[in-house]
Amino acid sequence: MSFVANDYKPEQPPPRKESGALGWARANLFNSWFNTALTLLALYFLIETVPPLIRWLFIDAVWGLVGPDVCREADGACWSFIRLKYRQILFGTYPFDQQWRPLIAMILIVSVALLSCIRRFWQPWMVGVWIATLFIYITLLGGGVFGLRPVRTELWGGLPLTLMLAFVGIAVAFPISVLLALGRRSDMPIIKAICVGYIELIRGVPLITLLFMASFMLPLFMPSGVSIDAVLRAQVAIIVFVSSYLAEVIRGGLQALPKGQYEAAHTLGLSYWQMQRKIILPQALTISIPPIVNTYLGLFKDTSLVAIISLTDLLLATRQSFADPEWRRFFVEAYIFVALIYWVFCYYMSKYSQYLERVLNTGHKR
Amino acid sequence: MSKQVSTEIDPKIAEAARHAPKPGMDNIIEMNGVNKWFGQFHVLRDINLKVKQGERIVVCGPSGSGKSTLIRCINRLEEHQAGQIVVDGIELTNDVKKVETIRREVGMVFQHFNLFPHLTVLQNCTLGPIWVQKRPQREAEETARKYLERVRIPEQANKYPGQLSGGQQQRVAIARSLCMNPRVMLFDEPTSALDPEMIKEVLDVMVGLASTGMTMLVVTHEMGFARTVADRVIFMDEGQIVEENTPEPFFSNPQHERTKLFLSQIL
Ligand SMILES: Nc1ncnc2c1ncn2[C@@H]1O[C@H](COP(=O)(O)OP(=O)(O)O)[C@@H](O)[C@H]1O
Ligand SMILES: [Mg+2]
Repeated sequence: MSFVANDYKPEQPPPRKESGALGWARANLFNSWFNTALTLLALYFLIETVPPLIRWLFIDAVWGLVGPDVCREADGACWSFIRLKYRQILFGTYPFDQQWRPLIAMILIVSVALLSCIRRFWQPWMVGVWIATLFIYITLLGGGVFGLRPVRTELWGGLPLTLMLAFVGIAVAFPISVLLALGRRSDMPIIKAICVGYIELIRGVPLITLLFMASFMLPLFMPSGVSIDAVLRAQVAIIVFVSSYLAEVIRGGLQALPKGQYEAAHTLGLSYWQMQRKIILPQALTISIPPIVNTYLGLFKDTSLVAIISLTDLLLATRQSFADPEWRRFFVEAYIFVALIYWVFCYYMSKYSQYLERVLNTGHKR
Repeated sequence: MSKQVSTEIDPKIAEAARHAPKPGMDNIIEMNGVNKWFGQFHVLRDINLKVKQGERIVVCGPSGSGKSTLIRCINRLEEHQAGQIVVDGIELTNDVKKVETIRREVGMVFQHFNLFPHLTVLQNCTLGPIWVQKRPQREAEETARKYLERVRIPEQANKYPGQLSGGQQQRVAIARSLCMNPRVMLFDEPTSALDPEMIKEVLDVMVGLASTGMTMLVVTHEMGFARTVADRVIFMDEGQIVEENTPEPFFSNPQHERTKLFLSQIL
């Protein structure tokens, strides 16, 4: 007698209750009376809000290029306002006929940023590319050479200003904060004291205060006749502020490394800087990617605070766009538009950081 | 049914180790009256130890007796506070250059491997040669592959440490040290973090290394290893060297009560 089956049994579908959308809903949404109640509540909330929102955003919205009176009649959003004012929102007070310059500058810097995301381009020469990019960016905006009309920095505004403050902030604050974090853990008392003092002093002060100090107090200490550009002052304040936060984030990553990594590096005879560059920082920075990106997202949105020292960044340019009494009531549309711009950049950064975490994880966190 | 795992040394390898070159006459490590404190705690007391070129020494003793601290003083992962340590003719002081020179001569294998998890096995092995010894990458990789072959994992060269078993990781750690062409190898309980079935593969590699005439200082409780390769066994307790002898009399006829007690506990 044989117990071995010698005929082929066709595969059977799984029992109906556990499979498909219904099974999933049963297992996840209605698996207890409490979850069932929550599910029903959430459904009710979605039905109440989503359809009206879609109607307002798209169906009843005014898409044509029309005046404010047509918009006032309509029940939906007035996208006609954005179509009329988008250049003011995007470029702020920058001279209208010269706005192709910041446009090219932005396309350039975003392209370089996207290229830098590709791992193959993580080479030392990329630093040179970035320096050149920033140089071209500032030249395009400022003009005064190659027959470009000079544009004073007070007139720079909108997205190009925001992008510059953010990108330069991100790029310059990073090496500074690495040095601060290493200094804070250094054995050398003076270096350690300077780094601790800097970090604790700056972290204890709101960015607004730093911006105020940079723009109103700094000139008081300058010899008369010497004046530092307003955009530059804001940029320095942002770098100083962000680097103190970033330093603490990176210090967290450094502390998370086991002592054995240092000991193994010492044992091979690596010098301090070789050890930091080859062993410690690559690991500490990889661990710190989520909080580093978090800090950068904060920086990106905090650039809007430069409005208080009268720089027309993206957000202030938006506010100015509905200053016109005729259009004042359409501020919601303006804010939605500008929120979308901020969101695209932030969401991309966040997605990219998740990608980085994945490719840099070499399987030791199992 | 529980599987009996043998940590017996491979007889062929053991035989080779017995025919290893005899230790030379020169002292490669000299410790004279070394004392060390952790705060109030006197962890090393009057350590006098001379290690000859090519000598293989096993250090044993109860946990907390200062064995790790002793060998970590030799490459200055720990600083001693009194006495003198001379390695290969260079006295250990605060002079960073001298410390780095000595570290290049002295390899170390840790209990927890301490491989660099963000680098591949091959990169772990070539890092020191390329950056410290300034050897060309091609040459460093050739050397690394040679030593990975020697520790019997040439096929893992492009994996990351996290993808290897504990025994494999420890063998990579040994290969990484050997790539620096050290004159002395220090081992701090290299098998005590390993599952029993992996201990043997690491011990076999270490015995193989002993038969090449490498100077070795090994902190371990693997007494089979001590019997096979050690020229001398040192017993430490409470920061002191209590007893030292060649393996045969050390195990069969210990002199001190503390040694007898210790041996009765571990054998
Ligand atoms: N960094 C340190 N600071 C303070 N005490 C330490 C330190 N390292 C080791 N010790 C203590 O020194 C003693 C000897 O440690 P160790 O050399 O690691 O012993 P063993 O390796 O023989 O187990 C232990 O009691 C341990 O607690
Ligand atoms: Mg120990």
